[in-house]
Formats: sequence, structure tokens, C-alpha cells
Amino acid sequence: MIDVQQLRRSFGPVVAVDGISFTADKGDVLGFLGPNGAGKSTAMKMLACFLTPDGGTAKICGHDILIDPVGVRQCLGYLAENAPAYNEMTVAGFLNFVCDARQIKGAKRRAALDKIVPMCSIESVYHQTIETLSKGYRRRVGLAQALIHDPQVLILDEPTDGLDPNQKHEVRQLINEMAKDKCIIISTHILEEVEQVCNRTVIIARGKILTDSTPKQLTDEHGCSLNEVFRKITTTKK
Amino acid sequence: MNGFMAVFKRELKGYFATPVAYVFLVIFLLVAGYLPFKDGFFELRQADLRLFFYNMPFILVVMVSAVAMRLWAEERKNGSIELLLTLPITIRQAVLGKFFAAWTFLAIALVLTFPLPVTVAYLGDPDAGQLVVGYLGCFLMAGSFLAIGMFFSALTKNQVISLILSGVACGILIFAGHPSSLNYVSSTISPAAASVFETLSFQNHFDSMMRGVVEVKDVVYFGILIAAWVVACGLILEERKAS
Repeated sequence: MIDVQQLRRSFGPVVAVDGISFTADKGDVLGFLGPNGAGKSTAMKMLACFLTPDGGTAKICGHDILIDPVGVRQCLGYLAENAPAYNEMTVAGFLNFVCDARQIKGAKRRAALDKIVPMCSIESVYHQTIETLSKGYRRRVGLAQALIHDPQVLILDEPTDGLDPNQKHEVRQLINEMAKDKCIIISTHILEEVEQVCNRTVIIARGKILTDSTPKQLTDEHGCSLNEVFRKITTTKK
Repeated sequence: MNGFMAVFKRELKGYFATPVAYVFLVIFLLVAGYLPFKDGFFELRQADLRLFFYNMPFILVVMVSAVAMRLWAEERKNGSIELLLTLPITIRQAVLGKFFAAWTFLAIALVLTFPLPVTVAYLGDPDAGQLVVGYLGCFLMAGSFLAIGMFFSALTKNQVISLILSGVACGILIFAGHPSSLNYVSSTISPAAASVFETLSFQNHFDSMMRGVVEVKDVVYFGILIAAWVVACGLILEERKAS
């Protein structure tokens, strides 16, 4: 469902993403790991067609990100870092706007909202404006926005950042529930999370993919915890 | 064009969800209503709105720049541009949606000045055509300022910078056509240059509409101006939406 080929992007002299390639299929939960500034967010932004790559391309559900960005966005749910939203809108107004933009109308919209609002546990803040929400709720609203059209491919940039342990647990559960019939990419710094939800790990540093493996295989191969594996891989291969 | 409608609806509702719209409307109506009387609306003893239209360019420069400054700068600043442009909406739909929502809002502001034409109609027997054309001129000029303001808003994350740049740009386009600037240009450069300035300036095109004359060239002037700045805004966003 996701086929990335030699994706590159630089900002001025800094090469953020340096020719990465990987594929992911239905049922994959791909954990995107890497130190800060490794190019994770940039890569995800390119997949969501927010940034245009300097070179290479990617196909999502058969739509090429360069040729058919709108087609890509239709089958993609994307939660950006920090879960941006329109602060002055209420949660209800915001989700309705996203439905408008995604052309989910009438009964379909009602069904989608009825499903997504309890799923992300945002019933209690449904009529509040987004600027009054705590970080955890904001992120869940962002998640609701990304899931509302039941996308086949989900790209979540640090979905559990800033949540409390209970909320983290809930989000991970949510991801696990959805995992079997979707293709999900999540980026994170929390390695336990990777062990809990991901069946693949891609470690990236300085814009390059260092390993593409499973969490289990990594710990078995190196004979230590994922934390140590991460440190070994990202600090030795300079 | 459903992406367009989604953006249009959200933006227009957004004005009334915050105090922005109300503060803007109150101040705009106060200033627009006060100035004609200060300038001697009654003393003139004429049943027209020339004094009202005469002040419009200056009021609109300030007010429209204030409306336009947040269009993209705010979106950039709080990161929601990343949300907007990763929905299945093209940049063209987003730009047009925002532009027409803001233009509709300005049209509402202009419509709310209706007590003035009503007063004139009550006191005398104004030429309805002249009033309609005058309002059309205001509407087109507001659209032009809006297009310019939106362009500068797309350039920066900072709303203050966007306000100042668009205010100055619109100001230049107005003052370039004023007699004092034209005299200066014709005496220092050449009279031919002065006539170029005059045709490029707002003032000349707006003046004839203010007097109730609709000419194709004036409407085309505003049309081209709006289209060009809106297209430029789209290009700028395409280029630097993420920076």
C-alpha cells in the first residue's frame, strides 16, 4: 500500500531525507525511529503531500504523491506533529469541517461521527472550543480528524507525545485494534511503544535508513533491549 | 469544487465565531458613517453619496489590510496550514475559498452601510444607478486590497508584517494617482510617466465609478488586479507553504 522510492529532500544545504526507500502493506504497523532531526517528520510530510520531494517518489494506495496528491490525501489519514487544529473552532465544528473537506455527507457523516467520537473518547469536550483543550484532548481530536474517513493508510507523527500514561495506553490500544486492516506508519521516540504496537521498525538517522527489521529480530540479533539497540545503531554508524 | 465550499464555509463562519467580525463591523461602520457628515454632507445639499465614496479608499486600505493579514499568516503560525493542505483540498481551492469568504465578509460590511443611501433617498431624490455603481466600485476596490493583503499574508508568519506591507502596497497604489504625486512625476520624469502612474493607480479607476460611470476598462482593471494577486498568492504558497 505504501511504496517509497528514493525519496529525497533538502532544506538549503541540509539534507533532511537522503534517498529512503521502503514498502509497507496492509497489516503493517511500521515504527519510524530515529534521533531528533533524523528526517522522520520530513519524510512523513512528503508522504502526506505537504512537502514536495526534491527527488524520488512514493505511491500510496496506487496514487503517486507527485502526480495525484489529492488522490493520496483522500485515502490517507495524517496526524501532524503537535496535532494542528483551528483553535477558535469547537471540536464539533472542526470535525464537521473535516467531513466537508473529505466530502462525507448526510447519514455517512453521522455514522462516522458516532463512531469516531467515542473511539477517541472526546464526547466530554465535543462542544468545547479547541483552544480550551488540554494537550491530550487536542491530540485525540487530531486523531479523530485523521481517522474520520476510515483511511486505509494512516501516518501518525508522534501520536502519543504529551499524553499521560493512561492516554498513551489507550492510543496504543486503538492502534492495535486498527492494525489488521490498515497500513500504519508511526514515528516515535518511545521504544516500549514500538515493542507494543509495531511489527516493523525502520531506524533512520541523518536522512538514511539504517535498519529495516522487526522489533523482535533486532533484540534477538543484538542480544539486548531495544533501547540499547537503538543507541548502538544510531551512534556507531556515523 | 467541494474543497472550495468547505474552506469558504469554515472561513466565513470563523469571522463570526470570534469577536473579529463584530469589532471590524462596528469600527468600519462608525468611521464610514461619521466621515461624510464631518466633511459636510448636509452643507453640500446634494442627494448623493460622493462624500461617503470619497473617503472609502482610505478606510478600506486600513480595514481590508486588517482583515487580510491573518488569512495565511495565522494559519502558518499555528501550524494548521499543515492540516489544511493535507486534506484532499488543492491549494487553488484553499486560496479561492479564503479569498471569497473574506470578500463576502467585506460585502456584508458594505451592505451594512445601507442607512446612508436610505438617508439620502429620504432627504432627496438620488440617482439610484450612481449609488449602485459607487457601491460596485467600493466592492471591487475592497476585493483588490484583499487580494494584495492576502498575498502579503502568505509571505510571512507574522501578521504585523503582513498588515504593514499590504497597507503600504495599497497606499502606494492609491497615492500614485493623486494630483500631487502626478505633478511631481510629470515635472521630474515626464508627463508620459505621469499618465502611466495615473492609469495604474486605483484612484483614477475608482473616481469614475464613484461618479456613477461604469466603464469596461475600470472593471477589467480591478479584475486583472485581483486575479493577478490571487494567482501570485497561490504560487507563493505552493513554493513556501512549509517554511
